[in-house]
Parts: sequence; C-alpha cells; structure tokens
Amino acid sequence: MELHNLSKPQDLMNIDLNKTPETPWMDTPVNFRDGTYIYPAAGKNLKRLGLPNPREWSPTDEDWKLPDNWKEIIMKGLKERLDKYRSFRLFMDICVRCGACMDKCHFFIGSGDPKNMPVLRAELLRSVYRNDFTTLGKMLGRFAGARELTVDVLKEWFYYFFQCTECRRCSVFCPYGIDTAEVTMIGRELLNLVGLNINWVMEPVANCYRFGNHLGIPPHGVKDMWEFMVDDIENITGINVNLPINKKGAEILFVTPSGDYFADPGTYTCMGYLMLFHEIGLDYTWSTYASEGGNFGLFTSHEMIKRLNAKIYAEAKRLGVKWILGGECGHMWRVIHQYMETMNGPADFLEAPVSPITGTKFENAKQSKMVHIMEFTADLIKHGKLKLDPSRNRKVRATYHDSCNPARAAGLLEEPRYVIQNVCEDFFEMPENTIREQTFCCGGGAGLGNDENLEMRMRGAFPRANALRHVQDKHDVNRLLCMCAIDRATLTALTHYWAPDVSVGGIHELVANALVMDGEQERTEDLRGEPLNEEEEE
Amino acid sequence: MLKDLLEKQRDAVVDRWKQLLVGTYPPETQRFLKTQKNPFANPLGNSIDEGLEGLYDNLLKDGDIEKFSEFLDRVVRIRAVQGYAPSTAVGFVFLLKEAVQEILGQAIRENRLYEELLTFEQKIDSLALLSFNIYMQCRETIFEIRTHEIRNRTSRLVERACQKYGMPQEWADTEETKA
Ligand code: SF4
Ligand code: SF4
Repeated sequence: MELHNLSKPQDLMNIDLNKTPETPWMDTPVNFRDGTYIYPAAGKNLKRLGLPNPREWSPTDEDWKLPDNWKEIIMKGLKERLDKYRSFRLFMDICVRCGACMDKCHFFIGSGDPKNMPVLRAELLRSVYRNDFTTLGKMLGRFAGARELTVDVLKEWFYYFFQCTECRRCSVFCPYGIDTAEVTMIGRELLNLVGLNINWVMEPVANCYRFGNHLGIPPHGVKDMWEFMVDDIENITGINVNLPINKKGAEILFVTPSGDYFADPGTYTCMGYLMLFHEIGLDYTWSTYASEGGNFGLFTSHEMIKRLNAKIYAEAKRLGVKWILGGECGHMWRVIHQYMETMNGPADFLEAPVSPITGTKFENAKQSKMVHIMEFTADLIKHGKLKLDPSRNRKVRATYHDSCNPARAAGLLEEPRYVIQNVCEDFFEMPENTIREQTFCCGGGAGLGNDENLEMRMRGAFPRANALRHVQDKHDVNRLLCMCAIDRATLTALTHYWAPDVSVGGIHELVANALVMDGEQERTEDLRGEPLNEEEEE
Repeated sequence: MLKDLLEKQRDAVVDRWKQLLVGTYPPETQRFLKTQKNPFANPLGNSIDEGLEGLYDNLLKDGDIEKFSEFLDRVVRIRAVQGYAPSTAVGFVFLLKEAVQEILGQAIRENRLYEELLTFEQKIDSLALLSFNIYMQCRETIFEIRTHEIRNRTSRLVERACQKYGMPQEWADTEETKA
C-alpha cells in the first residue's frame, strides 16, 4: 500500500515495510532487512578452508551465484544425512505439531515473528523432506505439509537457520525430545554445501585453521597479551605470577577461548586464571598452538568441528601432559563434552584427570580427559584450599546467567553457583523459568553475535534482559556473571541496551579479587583497576 | 466530566488500547501475547500490559514526565528493534484516541464533552512526541553499541601496542569509548 494522502494514524501504521503479509507461511518470501541478517563469508575464507563455491555475494542480491546443480547437491546432502544420523531422521518424522515448543524460543518471544517458533523453524526443512522422502508428501504435496525446494526456500533457510542460536531451549519442552538445534545444525551443513555461510563464523574458522585462534594472532602476539596481563596483575597485587608457555612435561595443559585475551571484560577472567594457578602452584602450561578453546566448527558442520578440535589432543600429546583443563567457555564445552572423544579420540596417551591439589578424581572426565575449570575451582574451595576474602567483592551485587551450552547441554549448574557464593556476598537468582535448564540465551550464540545483526540480537536478548531487569529493580543487582566467552561479549551489548547500569563479567574475575595470595601487597583496586571500596572513589 | 468517564471505564478503554496494539503483530503471535500470563515467559505481553496501564493511569492523574517516559520506554524500547517503521513503532500512542472513541464516543457526544476531549487528546499528542524522543534514543544506542563492539573486540591489542611501541595513545580505547 502506498501513501497518497494523510489518513488516520492507525491506517498510517499499516503502511509498514515489515508488516507480516497475509499469505500462508510457505508462500511468504524473506525480506532481508539491514540489522537482521548476517554478512556472507568472504570468498578468501572459503578458499583457505577448501570449501565449495567461494565468491563475493550479498543476501540482498537477487542472484546468489549458486552452482548450477545446487538442488541436486542439497538433495544428495540431505539424503546422506538422513541415512547417517538416525536422530535427524527421527526429528523429521515424529513432530506432531503439538505446539509445546512454540513460544519457548527467545527469538520468537522477542521478535513476534512466527517463523521463529521452533516448530516452524524445523518445518522449513521438514516440508522439503516430506516432499521428496515420504510417500504421503509425494502423493499429497501441500496437503501433507510438503513443498518443493526452490531458491526462495533456500533463502529462507539461510535467514532463519542463522536466526537460531542452537541454544536447545525448545527441546527442553518437547515431549518427544526433538532438538531443533540439531535441525539447524544440519540445515547449516546443507547450506555450506552450496557456499551459503556467514563471515562471522567462517573467518574465525579460517583463522583458527591457520593460526590456532579466532583473530588469527600469531604465537608471539598471543604471548605478548599474556605478558600484558602478568604486568597488570603485578601492579594490582605486587606479585609477578608464573606464565608457563608451551612447557613440555607439564602436568596439565590449559585451553581457553581467545576472546578472553583480547577484549574486556573477558581479560579480567583470564587474569583470574593466571593468579589462581600461581597461588596453588599448579604445574601447568598455556599453549600458543592450542591457543583457542572456542570452536566455530560447531556452527558450520560436524566435519569442521573435528578439524578444528584436533589441535587440542595433538598439543596435549606433543607437550606430554597428563590431562587438560578448560577455561570458562560455553560452546567449547559442548564440543568437549559431546563430541571430542568420539571425533578426535581415543586420548589413550592421557591419564584420567586427578586434581594435584586435592586428589579428587574427575570421574566424569575419564573419557575426554578434559575438566571444566568451574569443577576444578569448586573442588578447591570445597577442600578449603583457597584463602578467600569475599568482602573484596563487596561492590558487586551479582546474578548469574546460565550459558546455554554448559547449563543445558552439559549440566554444569551447581558448580558455578557454589563458587560465586564463596567469593561474593550478595548473590541473587533471576526468576526460576529463566535460569538453569530453562535459561534464556544471550541472543548472540552460534555465530550470531556480530554487529551487523545487532537488531535481531536485541530481540533475542529481550527475555534474558527482562529477567535481569527484574533482579535489578528488586535487589539492585549491578553485575551479570557468566562463564562463557561469547556471553561476556554479547551480554555487554545486552545490558548496554536493556539494563545500562549492570556490568558483565566472568566468575574467575571475582575468584581472583577475593583470592588472598601469599606475599601480596594490600589490595586497593580490583582487577578492573577500580577502587575496592566506595569511599576511596571520592 | 470526561475524567469521570475515563476513570469509570478504565479497564474497558485500556483493554481496547491493548487489543489495538497487539493487533499490529501477526495472528499467531497475538494469540501468544494474549494467553501467556507469566511475565518472564511473555515479556512483550507483560511490557504492553504494564506500559499501557501505567500511561493511562498517569494521564488521568497528570503524572510527571519521568513517569510517562518510564512507561513509554517499556513499550518503545522493544518496538524500536522489531523491524517496524518508526511510525508504527511509536504510533501505538495514537491508538488510545481510537480506543476512547470506540468505548466512550457515544457518551462524549451525548454529554457534549468535546472541549475536555480536545484537552485529553492534546495530552496524547504530547505523549507521542515524547515517545519519538525515546525511539530515537533507542536507535542511537544501537549504533553506539555497534561501534563499541567493533573497537572493544581488539581493544587490548591496541592498548598493548600503544604502550609497547609508543603508538599514539588515542589509538587505544579511552574509558568512555569502552563498552
Ligand atoms: S535451539 Fe534455541 S534458538 Fe534455536 S529454535 Fe530452539 S529455542 Fe530457538
Ligand atoms: S514440542 Fe516437539 S512435537 Fe511438539 S511441535 Fe515442538 S517439536 Fe513438534
């Protein structure tokens, strides 16, 4: 509708660029609007990885420069995956459209766009499956919810599969255990086959593949950043902490996401690790080769997860360590927990992890040989091995965001809470239906956390922010804690827009603030270089 | 008096206003917005409820600007990122006029309350102007966050380089430009 004369406001409001059309969802093509889609992968990154169809293109172009036989490629890929992953075929077959998952996705709740209902997101792919792989679909077509794969359908896949953070919240509510995140993962694998991928994922993947970390910083650059932190720590504590790098024969290899080397507030958490390990005298090493715990392969394809993750075991073997310790990370933990052993194992050259300080055997990590730092630190505290002064965090009134991957995918629920409550006096939970297994995503996981997609992220962030504002109003909460490097970046944008007086940080930052170190000078500043007490601010 | 009518019919008018606003969302979404009552499961529906009720009550008692801004913010902040044209994002304020017409139109005509209505509608117009300010602030924040994010991603690297190799300090982030 075009505007020819000034009519009543409510009529004017209907002249809307983005008004949902009245056509059925199957016939409604996607409108790529700035702020809600992600820039495609640069050709050079695909070339570096040997991936198909490298080229320059834009989602707003009419012609996406697909290979001539794109449809054949996708159909073949779909068939292969239906045969290979039984769970995927099951997810395609058993959905009864009961609607239990319908309103559980943060993107639906925040955007109001029905195609962000998990059931419809999966239906985008399921409709094509029905059309080509089920008898009913072949016979009845539309009436059986089937439709042919066209370029428009492919565009819709690109839009909506990169509007799912693979957070799995919907699966918690599905009576059949259908995991829409896995449907998204397969959807993205298929898109990758014809060169439809996003740069925010492929550039880190390409960098990781060549340099070992997402930003593509060479070994001496990474070393320099660690040294920078050591300097900062000395200024605050008067202690020059150990910085073992690529140390052969160390007992433990430490791997953490590189985002925490380069950007605040992750850096403070990274400083926390250095201080903790120094204080307990841990025989460990950092690695400039396995310098990245994050694995954006998880957002690309199963094959890519495997390729990128291989370096962790390879480095553990080269250095001759006994086991591996992982830093505060979310999606890294899903990879370690669910895929590493099967994909890159068996790691029979390593030993089952035992804490050298407490003697605790980490039975849960017997296979993967890799322990999450939150389990490690909780165990230290439980055994009274740390001298802690929580009053040094007295300015912090904290709440905790369960990051989707460690919480929902890996069940790490109690350890972070236990650690927080030991290092910080004021801790408040957000409402029950927004934490633990039911936690709301930050809105920027699975490769969506880029700035061109910010508007979409803010929609997805709304349910989390709403719960945060509740504890802000009620308890004056001023710090949102998380144990995920992606979150430390994306939640910072979330609070900036939705709850400006709340800062974001990791848990080991608070651990290190509270940690009373042997021989330290009197602390007047926290790790952010801010005064410990309000009075000193004047 | 119009004020008495507005007070007496508060629930009916506010409900109609909510309905008109919810009507700007797709049908499937409307069902969800109306039925899910848990404020944390349905933050959008909740913001609309609390926002519109707060605005209406403050209109009746001549509340101060801060209160109006607070309740407008509840609704505008989310609509500012939902892909609506600016007119649709803030235009919900005018829907109150429509709601008043529908519910109280007859009584207003019968009692010839036009002058009072005019005054009331002027207040609604002011509210619309206020909501446009909030909308612009929200959009500006979005652009601010974008630039902060790009800078902050590598802020430490730049800071270190400045410190170590004597690069100009302004290349590093200042406290204010940090996200
Ligand atoms: S996995 Fe998360 S983002 Fe994806 S559809 Fe389910 S709830 Fe939404
Ligand atoms: S809850 Fe499960 S079965 Fe029900 S609509 Fe969602 S995916 Fe389908």
